[in-house]
Amino acid sequence: MRTTDQPVAGPETPAPEGGPRTSADDRASPLRAVTVLTATAVALVAFLLAFGVMRDPRASRFMVVSVALVLGVGGVFLVFWTMDQAVDLISPRFRESLRPYVFVGPALVLLAMFLVYPVFNTVILSLKDNISRDWVGLDNYRFVFTDRHMLRAIRNTAGWLVLVPLLGVSIGLAFATLADRLRRGEAVAKSLIFLPMAISFAGASITWQLIYNYRPAGFGSNIGLLNGIMIGLGQEPVRWLELQPWNNLLLMVIMVWMQTGFAMVVLSAAIKAIPDEIIEAARIDGASELQVFWRIMVPTILPTIVVVTTYMVINAMKVFDIVFVQPSSAENNGTVVIAERMIRWFFLLQHNGRGAAIAVVLFVAVIPMMIWNLRRFREQEAIR
Amino acid sequence: MSAPAIPIPEGVVAHAPGELRRGGWFVRITIAAIVLLWSIPTLGVLITSLRPESRVNTSGWWTVFANPFRTGEWTLENYRLAIEAQGFGNAFLNSLAVAIPATVIPITIASFAAYAFSWMEFRGRRIMFVAVVGLMVVPLQMALIPILRLFTQGVTLFGLRVFPDLELNRTFLGIWLAHTGFGLPLATYLLYNYIASLPSSIIESAKIDGADHFTIFWRLIIPLSVPALAAFAIFQFMWVWNDLLVAYVLLGGAGENRVLTVALRNLVGSRGVNWHLLTSAAFISMSLPLLVFFSLQKYFVRGLTAGAVKG
Repeated sequence: MRTTDQPVAGPETPAPEGGPRTSADDRASPLRAVTVLTATAVALVAFLLAFGVMRDPRASRFMVVSVALVLGVGGVFLVFWTMDQAVDLISPRFRESLRPYVFVGPALVLLAMFLVYPVFNTVILSLKDNISRDWVGLDNYRFVFTDRHMLRAIRNTAGWLVLVPLLGVSIGLAFATLADRLRRGEAVAKSLIFLPMAISFAGASITWQLIYNYRPAGFGSNIGLLNGIMIGLGQEPVRWLELQPWNNLLLMVIMVWMQTGFAMVVLSAAIKAIPDEIIEAARIDGASELQVFWRIMVPTILPTIVVVTTYMVINAMKVFDIVFVQPSSAENNGTVVIAERMIRWFFLLQHNGRGAAIAVVLFVAVIPMMIWNLRRFREQEAIR
Repeated sequence: MSAPAIPIPEGVVAHAPGELRRGGWFVRITIAAIVLLWSIPTLGVLITSLRPESRVNTSGWWTVFANPFRTGEWTLENYRLAIEAQGFGNAFLNSLAVAIPATVIPITIASFAAYAFSWMEFRGRRIMFVAVVGLMVVPLQMALIPILRLFTQGVTLFGLRVFPDLELNRTFLGIWLAHTGFGLPLATYLLYNYIASLPSSIIESAKIDGADHFTIFWRLIIPLSVPALAAFAIFQFMWVWNDLLVAYVLLGGAGENRVLTVALRNLVGSRGVNWHLLTSAAFISMSLPLLVFFSLQKYFVRGLTAGAVKG
């Protein structure tokens, strides 16, 4: 490890005497200092003016949005540039050992503020009462593991964790494998499967209302496709989203619909990276197509399958919008999930303690995944 | 005629034109079936958004296939209503003002950090990197409440104000920073994988030519990393554009700054049965991410798989 009390040795440091040294020392000249300071001051004034415009209620939307775009996009570069220039003003002894922290610093500060601090804060809130005034010990956790709807939510979330990645990855893998054999139209077919990925959860819920919608007799005709089919077959229309426990599965279908495209795109890239020779050799040796798939393709792309599955499991664990946006009550329908419970207790039922306790449980549930991911990362590092 | 010495051609003839392998009927029909199934919901939205209100409520959207050219079957009126009367035009602009900086800022910050993690030597490099990547699994939901309190009240510890109230609640800056914080772990991880795999000879020779870190980063690393940057940019943009939760909590459900997803949710809440408006609004909100994805999808795949694609 490099220490700061001796001259810094590194490929980027100028030689002690002669040649490059002078050019490096020019960086710290007074003229440069003045330039940097002036630029910083001008930038600060511009920032403040811009914030003034953005908060001005009379400013036109178009103006506000333009200012926001310039400020947001230009601002971040300017911050790094000024900091880098400022480092050049320091004595060359410390300069190069300080510079890495200028590059990493903003990331660390933002992460501390937006992820690390909230974790600690939530743990504290979970030990306090509904308005976060008095300590209540583990009462909120007792609630999490005894409340009827919470237990139901834990069971349902477990179902999401297993079924959504399973369905998404299998369909995605099957589709990627088959599409790889198409002579024409592979790109179009893949784009159409990927398309739902670009739709918001809120948009997707509305979209699927056009499939699941139910209207009782006398309240207009049924505009949901499933009930359209039922009527076409001469059956009675069904309240699909109140049909326990199958309604959970119907909601999972929405997420599978949205995320299969991601799995498919990534797996397809992995399949294409398998050398042709391996597959050809297996075929020449008389392997059937199914054997080629299971014995060669799947083992070769297993690391990619694992990454995609991990991603989908973590997403399924955090699922909330799909359940939350449904028009009828998740409690009555038995479709509650953990993240949805958390938002409901925090925002709608205004009980900080219980909401925080649910969040902590969710976090703890993800920790094994995190440890496993980090271990995998370390293995990768070892290979590099 | 001598017996063939090499048995291979026979084997190839026996297996090669198999239905599966060269894309026979089985493959084509399966693909077509899945694609059709996957497109039905989107098709439903598109068709409903183009039908007049009276038709939407009296017949299912699939009935248009029976007689698509009936008079009064199609209209653009729903879109006009959504954009003007429901304020979806403003909400669209707001979504832009949130999503573009909330994509650029985390990418910039993450690529500076990824560069430092891969090409600079400093104390605590490994620990910092593992910590950054490890934060990937903190559920977003967990972070929202403390952040909201941070924005509105600051932090007081034992009656002492240790962090000021920044008045960031309901501002664009507040939501940019929040999305940046949430997106940074994944961004740093993906960009590190890419930037660290660039050949070290390029960087060494730039150093010999006298380039400092900032120049190497800006002139060399960034142009070389375009595929990875674009892949993450698409990902982050779609995620921010489609986000309802963060926008709802930090920008608020009403007011000047509300974004598309929030406006959409309000439409469901206030008049859950206005399908003609709901679907046209939903389609407006989908349009930009679809455009972004289709114009940049080449980068998306290439960047996520970092050069592993054979072409």
